[in-house]
Amino acid sequence: MTAWLFMLPLVVVNVLVILGPSVATIYYSFTEWSGIGPAEFVGLQNYRDIVADGDFWTALMHNLIWTAIFLTVPIAMGLLGAFLLSQITRFQMVFRVLYFIPYVIASVVNAALWKNILDPTRGIGSVLASVGIPFLDGVSFFGSERLALPAVAFVDNWHWWGFVVLLFLTALQSVDKELYEAARVDGANRWQQFINVTIPGIRATLVFVVLMTIIGSLLVFDYIYIITQGGPAGASEVVGTLMYKEAFARFEAGYAAAMGLGLSFLSGLIILVFLYLRRRGWEI
Amino acid sequence: MSTLTRGRQRREPSKVPYYIVLVLLSLFALGPLVVLVFNSLKSNAEIGRNPMGPPLSPVFENFPTAWSQGNFATTLVNSTILTTGTIVGVCIIAGTAAYAMARLDLPGTNAVLLYLFVASALPFQLFIVPLFFLWSTIQLTNTLFGLIVIYWAIFSPFATLLLRSYLVALPRGFEDAARIDGATELQVLLRVVLPLSWPGFLTIALVSGLGAWNEFFFAITFIQDENLKPVTTSFLAFQSTFSRDWGLTSAASIIIILPVVVLFLGLQRRFINGLTAGGLKG
Repeated sequence: MTAWLFMLPLVVVNVLVILGPSVATIYYSFTEWSGIGPAEFVGLQNYRDIVADGDFWTALMHNLIWTAIFLTVPIAMGLLGAFLLSQITRFQMVFRVLYFIPYVIASVVNAALWKNILDPTRGIGSVLASVGIPFLDGVSFFGSERLALPAVAFVDNWHWWGFVVLLFLTALQSVDKELYEAARVDGANRWQQFINVTIPGIRATLVFVVLMTIIGSLLVFDYIYIITQGGPAGASEVVGTLMYKEAFARFEAGYAAAMGLGLSFLSGLIILVFLYLRRRGWEI
Repeated sequence: MSTLTRGRQRREPSKVPYYIVLVLLSLFALGPLVVLVFNSLKSNAEIGRNPMGPPLSPVFENFPTAWSQGNFATTLVNSTILTTGTIVGVCIIAGTAAYAMARLDLPGTNAVLLYLFVASALPFQLFIVPLFFLWSTIQLTNTLFGLIVIYWAIFSPFATLLLRSYLVALPRGFEDAARIDGATELQVLLRVVLPLSWPGFLTIALVSGLGAWNEFFFAITFIQDENLKPVTTSFLAFQSTFSRDWGLTSAASIIIILPVVVLFLGLQRRFINGLTAGGLKG
């Protein structure tokens, strides 16, 4: 009994903020509701509307593009950085700290910073143009329908990749040094060592990062909301921002609840697949 | 085989290419921040002529102007209250819960662990709509306390998991001795466990404090009152008002990130270990 008494604060705030409202979302997703006052039960109508909602599918497609970007760029940079760091001793701690700094800086500041640097008239493009590299001059990264989504992903990645480096580095440092030694004696070059010793040695962390990336990409919100609000013309809209607008700008709270539940269901499904594979004996 | 040839075969390859790539990556990470510092020291006219380079005639007016225009005297206090309240609450909530799981043989510990793992991964999209309705109904929107309670809930599952793994590794001998001397469970926690496990508490304090200081989504959803906004959401409005005044927005940015960066540089190891701990447990 004493044990549960000690659990009480955790249980109370969790039920109040997370568990209770999460369960309520299930109910509200079956209602027509403005977010205030009574909700009217409409059965599966919201889900039918989502399936027929072109904006939703466009947004989900953007989530998939985002996932593809984040499964490649930061993971490649993270592996590269971690591998190089694991091979050196001098200044290793300095590099680790430098790479990590963007991760501790608030998203609003990162966003403002890059809005300035990628400014079409006064940003990096104009500076490069003044030294004879004109091809980025006048490019409006966040204002172009073609570039907005990858540009926001670039900014988000700038603050994220250093974190990935350190996750991988910690894993790398637990790889047995003897294995590298053995591979070297067998005549393996650096690339072969990386593929045959490094990657298998950090598989658990790699799988974890992949899982975290997929879920994070499904739920992405901050950087897109701050930099482009999903624009221009929906070009960087993702389900997270679309759902937020439905709830707090269009007051379609029931519809937003259904969208949020669908999104959570997807990410829950991914976690379950992960746990299932792990239980089946996959070493992930 | 002679020792000489063995020695030659096993000679380390040159590390210079490694360092070149590592330095390039550092420039990518730090370059934008250097530009930020440069621009905070330039007048708007100079930024027009020289948008990226070091300031040729440094000025410091941007800082006092950003301080007053950005309402920092108020928003920094709000952020400090949010951060402190979050840290204190998370340490209490996670501390007691982790203690119950690590030491008091909580029935159903495995189920609780699974729930915490799931709860720390639950997306805000799942609960934001009814939570906002609930908070409006009980009048916790537009209050710092209401936001702090949300931070308690979202940061405590992770903190509990981290602290529990820390407590499990601590030897039990001292606690048993205290119990034999007649100490209550609360006394054991406060007088014996706490002094031994402060590094764990420091780690969760740093992680949840950083999270609260930088948090954006719940802050912008639940606080509309200008006088209650933390630095993050207040800066967003400031930045759209002064979007062309880079000197001013850069100075405001530095005011926001300076406490975090200084603290991070001072306690780098603990920050990095705490923040990457979630990734290690998987």
